[in-house]
Amino acid sequence: MEGGEQVTEKNLEIEKKPVNMNNNEAEQEILSPWKMFVRKFKKNKVSIVGLIILIIMILSALLAPILTPYDPYEMDYSKINEPPSKEHWLGTDEVGRDYLTRILYGGRVSMKVGLFAVIIEIIIGALIGGLAGYYGGWVDNILMRFSEIVMSFPFLPLAITISAVIGTKVEPQRRMYIVMMIIGFLSWPGLARMVRGQILSLREQEFVQAARALGIRDSKIILRHLIPNTVGYIIVSATLGMAGAIMSESGLSFLGLGVTPPTPTWGNLIQNAREVYILRNRMWLWLPPGVCIFLAVMSINLLGDGLRDAIDPKSK
Amino acid sequence: MFKYIVRRILNLIPVLLIISILIFGIIKMAPGDPLSTRLDPKSTVEQRNAEREKLGLNDPVPVQYWRWLSKSIRGDFGESITYRQPVKDVVPGFIWNTFLLNVVVYIIAFLISIPIGVICAVKQYSKTDNFWTIFSIIGISMPSFFFGLLLIYFFAVKLNWFPINGMITPGKNAVGFARAKDILHHMFLPAIVLTIGSMASLVRYTRTSMLEVINQDYIRTARSKGLREKVVIYRHAFRNALIPIVTIIGFTIPSLFSGAVILETVFVWPGIGNVMMESITARDYNMMMALNMFFALLTLLGNLLADIGYALVDPRIKVD
Repeated sequence: MEGGEQVTEKNLEIEKKPVNMNNNEAEQEILSPWKMFVRKFKKNKVSIVGLIILIIMILSALLAPILTPYDPYEMDYSKINEPPSKEHWLGTDEVGRDYLTRILYGGRVSMKVGLFAVIIEIIIGALIGGLAGYYGGWVDNILMRFSEIVMSFPFLPLAITISAVIGTKVEPQRRMYIVMMIIGFLSWPGLARMVRGQILSLREQEFVQAARALGIRDSKIILRHLIPNTVGYIIVSATLGMAGAIMSESGLSFLGLGVTPPTPTWGNLIQNAREVYILRNRMWLWLPPGVCIFLAVMSINLLGDGLRDAIDPKSK
Repeated sequence: MFKYIVRRILNLIPVLLIISILIFGIIKMAPGDPLSTRLDPKSTVEQRNAEREKLGLNDPVPVQYWRWLSKSIRGDFGESITYRQPVKDVVPGFIWNTFLLNVVVYIIAFLISIPIGVICAVKQYSKTDNFWTIFSIIGISMPSFFFGLLLIYFFAVKLNWFPINGMITPGKNAVGFARAKDILHHMFLPAIVLTIGSMASLVRYTRTSMLEVINQDYIRTARSKGLREKVVIYRHAFRNALIPIVTIIGFTIPSLFSGAVILETVFVWPGIGNVMMESITARDYNMMMALNMFFALLTLLGNLLADIGYALVDPRIKVD
């Protein structure tokens, strides 16, 4: 066991050298892939706008405690249902909580759910895609059949059912994690298929044969050599996947089956508008969170498109 | 081809079985006694036990699953507690309502989006193209419930042009033409949300697949042969671009129906999406299982349709 690991470490050192040499050459004569990527991405004005909007939204969510003096959970029954004013820019809700604060903290939750759902999606998708692509044969067959089955699950109805059944057993503060898992576990097959396709073509290349000839363990070949080569594609589909996950979370929370109050999210804040009275008379309660979802999803989509174009070697 | 279709249909059976096990398993994990809504709370323990025995709730779960499955195959999904009627008698009406809304949208969306997508690709980076690109991005990023609320706010609450929700005006027992007009009036806003939502992705998709074809060598060849631009675009390019579009047709069906869950809740449209939410609030488990199976079947059929369509239009795909 020990001997084996030493060998692999040496191998890695051997492998790193030619890579470094390539990089040095690239800097002198042609652009490195990274620089080419940055140059292409910078040209895409629309994606830059997306990136800026996204950064603003992330910052305002992260800096919520500094931006607002109020607590998102503290109720104040002397100030319920107030319209927008100087103290409360977006008024207060039915138990006197400052609504802007709720939206800022809601953004935290919405984006966190989106991010972690995508991380779950990537881990499962890359692993299954990697195994299927590398081993081929019956392993590939079984894993791909499995992902086809998951792919044919009706996403929203199933997510609603799972959330309704499991959700009732969990206290409201923990529901966030359930939602992440539901979205993550139901949306990995697309990514798995893409990783598998990439790895199928990569595994025939010389560097993988070399690694295999040197006796490197399969797990290391997959995790260290193959998956890093698909990272560009994974990032693109993760970005677009995050937009989808935020959308799914807000939809579920809007239906009351995602993250539930008192934890605020953009989705459950809009739930207010299901009452016609609020829809008609208190626009500030449902319009801002809706605009937030829209802006977040749009900016992430724009960013994802830009990343895809910049990574794609065929595009100019 | 016939053989291929039969094999694909046979392939659906194990998948459907796995989904049914999953759905049954999830519902069995549900808290609460399914009896609590059936019996009055004063019933004795013996009465409850007798009822449990009668309903087979004391049997092991696999036995219960088998019983449910063998009944479901024959179309018997048990009784709905909310409607106090067999599920199979209630659901078709709701399916029809959802179908009505979606089919109209589906046809309109396809008829408009495909030509727009083609024009955008042919005139890439023109003003028209830019307009529809922005339209697509906005449409894709707009949550349907928020868009629905905006439309309700402006066109139903403020301008009072359309009813706020529902499918028919309550108490107005119109028949024939007047009824159809009433339904169309109610349908307008949800149909707009659905149409714009599906147009956004369809235009984008058509444009991309058309652009891919236009840059191929054989299009250049066709142009250099001296063919008219119209012939090049519609005979040579469009027919090839149609191949990926056909697959999208199949995939859109299930997504339209499951998207209905959110949209129908917003507009209180009495379709399966709305009933799904109702059954969840009422813990109507028989109904939940039946609806989930319906959605699963629909998704599978959509995928099947996409594959068959693909095999039909693309002669390069060999089926045997």
